[in-house]
Amino acid sequence: MKYARCHDCGLLTRLPAHGAHGVVCPRCGADVHERKPQSLERTWAWLIAAVICYLPANLLPIMKITSLGRAQADTIMSGVVYLLLHGMWPLAVVVFTASVFVPLLKLAILLTLLISVHRGSSWRPVDRTRLYRITEAIGRWSMVDIFVVTILVALVRLGNLATVEAQTGAVFFGAVVVLTMLAAESFDPRLIWDRSEARNT
Amino acid sequence: MPLVACHDCDLLCQIGEVPEGGAAYCVRCGCVLRKKQRNSIERTLALTMAASVLFAVANVFPFLSFEMRGRVTETTLATGVFDLWEQGVPEIAVLVGFTAVFAPFAQLALLLYVLLPVHLGRVPWQMSRMFRLLRRIQPWSMMEVFLVGILVAVTKLVDMASVLPGLALWAFGALIVVLAGAMASLDPEAVWERLEVRR
Repeated sequence: MKYARCHDCGLLTRLPAHGAHGVVCPRCGADVHERKPQSLERTWAWLIAAVICYLPANLLPIMKITSLGRAQADTIMSGVVYLLLHGMWPLAVVVFTASVFVPLLKLAILLTLLISVHRGSSWRPVDRTRLYRITEAIGRWSMVDIFVVTILVALVRLGNLATVEAQTGAVFFGAVVVLTMLAAESFDPRLIWDRSEARNT
Repeated sequence: MPLVACHDCDLLCQIGEVPEGGAAYCVRCGCVLRKKQRNSIERTLALTMAASVLFAVANVFPFLSFEMRGRVTETTLATGVFDLWEQGVPEIAVLVGFTAVFAPFAQLALLLYVLLPVHLGRVPWQMSRMFRLLRRIQPWSMMEVFLVGILVAVTKLVDMASVLPGLALWAFGALIVVLAGAMASLDPEAVWERLEVRR
């Protein structure tokens, strides 16, 4: 006998012999799937898009600060260095973690998970599931720099005295955050267990 | 004993009665199977109502004002988004508008829409669709990240000029705590159970 868990309300439904096709959850009315549909393909697509945006996001300036005629372009990294040089190292650590470390960590974890599932690996499924949960939880924090740019743009608009403008790098950086969040959402952690179970039996 | 499948590893588990304030975990991967809260629906509803008031204050009043050589600018959430749009970066304006204004608003509105009728013993129209929408929009509501953003922005500006916190900033701080409390006390299973009793 086969069961499937509803993606939306979590109710366990007994599946007919032909599988989950066309089955609707009796409690909430959502379509029942045994696994997220096309999980691997979707995750790959979002992830590759995120990797493509990653380089311009880090190399291009995210904002331009003009103060009394002097213009200065800031990239993600130079923003961190600025905070560090001004002795605000706790904040530098926060921004570095959120903007540099977290996106890289997410890309690395998702890549590892995808490759391990493709290879049918049975390597430490508990830890891999834990890695997935971490990716899901930390992704949102990378938005900090996007919000900083927004606030600076909105506050510092004093004509010749001082202005802040958002630059193309910020668009790519925002894209990386959104794309990695979508990639994490498309991945189905149960695939980790499917393959390792098949190998054990 | 009810049978449930683990969300993360799909192991079938039998769980007995979970005590109020307790939780059941998957024996294989450690994922939370069921967390039971005391008065989940009423508590979440109360916190959501408080959060709605704070949300209104946080959006209407300016959260920071900036003073440089006698000239003052103020900003609210909406004007920040609007300025980005005017500057020719509509992509970011949309992203910020969605994550800092629209998603938190939708989150609060959907919580009220579902929980208020359920508390009064009615089934809201299109209830399961709205509940699903709430679950999908939740990861995109990023008020707490926005608050850290404010902190970083202020630190960058203190060298240039004086920055004064506005009323909305305090509302923001409180809102994040209250909203986190509301989401933590929400037990979707309890909502479904109460609806099943009604049927």
